[in-house]
Amino acid sequence: MTELHTHSKIAIANVSRRGLLKGVAATGSLVLVAQLPGVKGAFAAYPTGAQSMPNGVVTNPKVFVSIGGDGIVNIVAARAEMGNGAARTALPMIVADELDADWARVRVVQSPGDEKTYGNQDTDGSRSVRHFIQPMRQCGAAARKMLEQAAAKKWGVPEGEVEAQLHEVVHKPTGRKLGYGELAADAAALPVPADDQIKLKDASAFRYIGKGTVRITDIVDITTGKATYGQDVVLPGMKFAVVARPPVVGGKVASLDTSAAMKVPGVEKIVTLEPRPAPAKFAPLGGVAVIAKNTWAALKGREALKITWDDGPNKVYDSKAYKAELEASVKKPGKVERNEGDVDQALAAAAKVITAEYYAPHIAHATMEPPAATARMQGGKWEVWAPVQSPGGTRDDVAAAVGVKPEELTLHTTLLGGGFGRKSKCDFAIEAALLSKEMGGAPVKVVWTREDDLRHGFYHTVTAERFEAGLDATNKVIAWRHRSAAPSFMANFVPDPKHPGNIELGMGWVDTPFNVPNIRMESGEAQSHVRVGWFRSVNNVAHAWSIQSFIAELAHQLGKDPKEFLLEMIGPPRIVDVAKSVTTPWWDYGEPAQTYPVDTGRLRRVAELAAEKAEWGKQLPKGQGLGIAAHRSFVSYIATVVHVEVSDKGAISIPRVDTAIDCGFCVHPERVRSQLEGAAVMGLTLAKYGEISFKNGAVEQSNFNDYQLVRIDESPKQTRVYIVDNGIEVPASGVGEPGVPPFAPALCNAIFAATGKRIRRLPIGDQLA
Amino acid sequence: MANLQVNGQARAYDGDPSMPLLWYLRDELAMTGTKFGCGVGLCGVCTVHLNGEAVRSCQVQMSEAAGKSVTTIEGLHPKHEHPVQVAWRDVGVPQCGYCQTGQIMNAAALLAKKPAPTDAEITAAMAGNLCRCGCYQRIHAAVRAAGKGA
Repeated sequence: MTELHTHSKIAIANVSRRGLLKGVAATGSLVLVAQLPGVKGAFAAYPTGAQSMPNGVVTNPKVFVSIGGDGIVNIVAARAEMGNGAARTALPMIVADELDADWARVRVVQSPGDEKTYGNQDTDGSRSVRHFIQPMRQCGAAARKMLEQAAAKKWGVPEGEVEAQLHEVVHKPTGRKLGYGELAADAAALPVPADDQIKLKDASAFRYIGKGTVRITDIVDITTGKATYGQDVVLPGMKFAVVARPPVVGGKVASLDTSAAMKVPGVEKIVTLEPRPAPAKFAPLGGVAVIAKNTWAALKGREALKITWDDGPNKVYDSKAYKAELEASVKKPGKVERNEGDVDQALAAAAKVITAEYYAPHIAHATMEPPAATARMQGGKWEVWAPVQSPGGTRDDVAAAVGVKPEELTLHTTLLGGGFGRKSKCDFAIEAALLSKEMGGAPVKVVWTREDDLRHGFYHTVTAERFEAGLDATNKVIAWRHRSAAPSFMANFVPDPKHPGNIELGMGWVDTPFNVPNIRMESGEAQSHVRVGWFRSVNNVAHAWSIQSFIAELAHQLGKDPKEFLLEMIGPPRIVDVAKSVTTPWWDYGEPAQTYPVDTGRLRRVAELAAEKAEWGKQLPKGQGLGIAAHRSFVSYIATVVHVEVSDKGAISIPRVDTAIDCGFCVHPERVRSQLEGAAVMGLTLAKYGEISFKNGAVEQSNFNDYQLVRIDESPKQTRVYIVDNGIEVPASGVGEPGVPPFAPALCNAIFAATGKRIRRLPIGDQLA
Repeated sequence: MANLQVNGQARAYDGDPSMPLLWYLRDELAMTGTKFGCGVGLCGVCTVHLNGEAVRSCQVQMSEAAGKSVTTIEGLHPKHEHPVQVAWRDVGVPQCGYCQTGQIMNAAALLAKKPAPTDAEITAAMAGNLCRCGCYQRIHAAVRAAGKGA
């Protein structure tokens, strides 16, 4: 096979990083427009936050594309595929479209973790398509140009006379053709064209982008069992390990008796792992590892361990007591995070003040694939196979843990059996490498059980939210004070942050887009006793749930229609200048606000669209109701209407969900629909069941018996998705996460409409019984 | 010693008789299409057919599999074109895909018994299989599509 080429230094990204700093927005984001300075195409390049991510963006086709003499086009997927179809389907599809390749002759090749070569690989934040649509178009268009140049040279004709057309280059005056395979070797020898030589396709010429007709790359492997996830890695001579981790974060082994465990047939070695003191980033929790000839022996060995634990200071963590602490915290003035007008004075002068408090607990990611990783070392070279959202960062962290340079370690990204943020944290991959090291480099797979997953996770934060709305004599909201207290995931990185970081503040809180003259957000202090991590949609989940629930509460108190009142609160179409009134620089999902402003017109439109499609206002039988919520997250706009039926005994069923999204230009509508269908189910699970609670510092739940997930028989019967039709000129925005936040409030608002019962504490559990 | 058939092939096993079939398939035979999800029979990702019945392989000890015939996703159809697999591809069911082999094995067992199940029968039969990505709407549609022609 001829390669279009191997890794070369990535001049484009580096040049633009230095060159375009003058375009830096108030948020500090570098502008991608710098990266596409002379690209001629059907759209003007717009800046995104891609370049400000660690190791930025690479567009070099010699990194991402290789073409065999047989015409097979290999396109590298450098990000992790966890099910949203961005990494291994949408992004390669974008390259293939600009390359004018026949998708049937495209193969997707997974890259190792290596950000110096491939650019940033952190697959989270709903960023894949939004950050890479432009670079991957440029990459594909450059490769197309090189094939055209190679053909023109071969025929000795001007470049203007040739054109790439579906896997061939055609000489237009004569109709002569050369296939991509025939041109590959010559094209690979050419330099990558300068940016001003590259012409992007007109959107009307797209074959795949925006169509939703390309099925996911791995669908055959998934449906035949061939697809390899982290749990599925098999190496010759591999050992299997499970770890007894301290029940309380920061706990240590006080005494250990391994005699019974060592007698279990198949158990080969028992190793104690030391925890790292907080802040421990993604370091393993420590504990006692049992290494055996198969998983079953390792599990039986672990059961036979006799361990007493020194739990350490987090033993005090008790969810009931902590709830009371958070609720007390939001009753007091907190740290001002956003301030407009004079809320104190406006509340004092208000004709009426309406107050409500909400509480949402920790939840666990519960990916269907529990964490797992495999490592080995041969001749000083390490290899690790792991289902991680952060291939580059994992490589660095694992290398550091075993004391080698990142260049001495190859991180193979497997498929992820779900990610949702859990697999952004590579503790399990570090465990595998440490245990392999203990075994002299022999291959070791560390398997997490479901109990391990639920008891030793990086949990979604727990939060109390308190609202005070001041009304004037005409029932107009003139003051809005929202206090929130939730332990920050920043505690993984810095000692006791006490308050949320700018990322958490920006997640649907300080960017609340309401048309109210006096607004203040205050955060209460909250200490973290567990590993708090980001869960799909992160702080947006509780922010959207509480804000959108409170809006519906206000509407009810004022005797107004909830949808009409929501639109009244959003106010007229305008750009909300969040940056001017925040005390910590505004984090707009890492994007330059000029590309992705808070646009209330777009938020209104999705609310109106979802309401219209759901036939908002229709008469429903007793015990049924509609609820609406609209929320901007990951720079997309989304609104959901839930139709609920509540039985006399309080059982919930959901005949229909109508959800509308404005995600800018939509690259793969079929996968977007799939994401939003799934988000409704995940939203229902967290609303109905989601709770991880702690007692004496340890998780109380164990498996799917007491940490339930919604099943097919309670799932929404039908989720209808409406995608706002935008042209290529509207910047693509997030899809993976935004579907989750509006679901729980839309459901709770529907429950109120059906029953008159207001849910102020999640999960709903038996509150309707 | 346990003798069993896996996808038509005779196998002999002389290890711990209490080991679940799941770990035998995954660790001893390296047949990883059968997934591990909960280990307690609550999620369904490890579903295989034991003498034609859908079972959770994490709940079947090797001693119980002795003398029986096991079919896994790898052996469901010689060309991997069982009507359920085909429907899954046509409907575009999977997101992450991890639970899908278990879903497919469960659906195939349902359709073997009941070629044209009603919507309610599909829902009831598939309720033991969790999907965290939430592909249920499409799972239901694919089972229905596979069932029609059967």
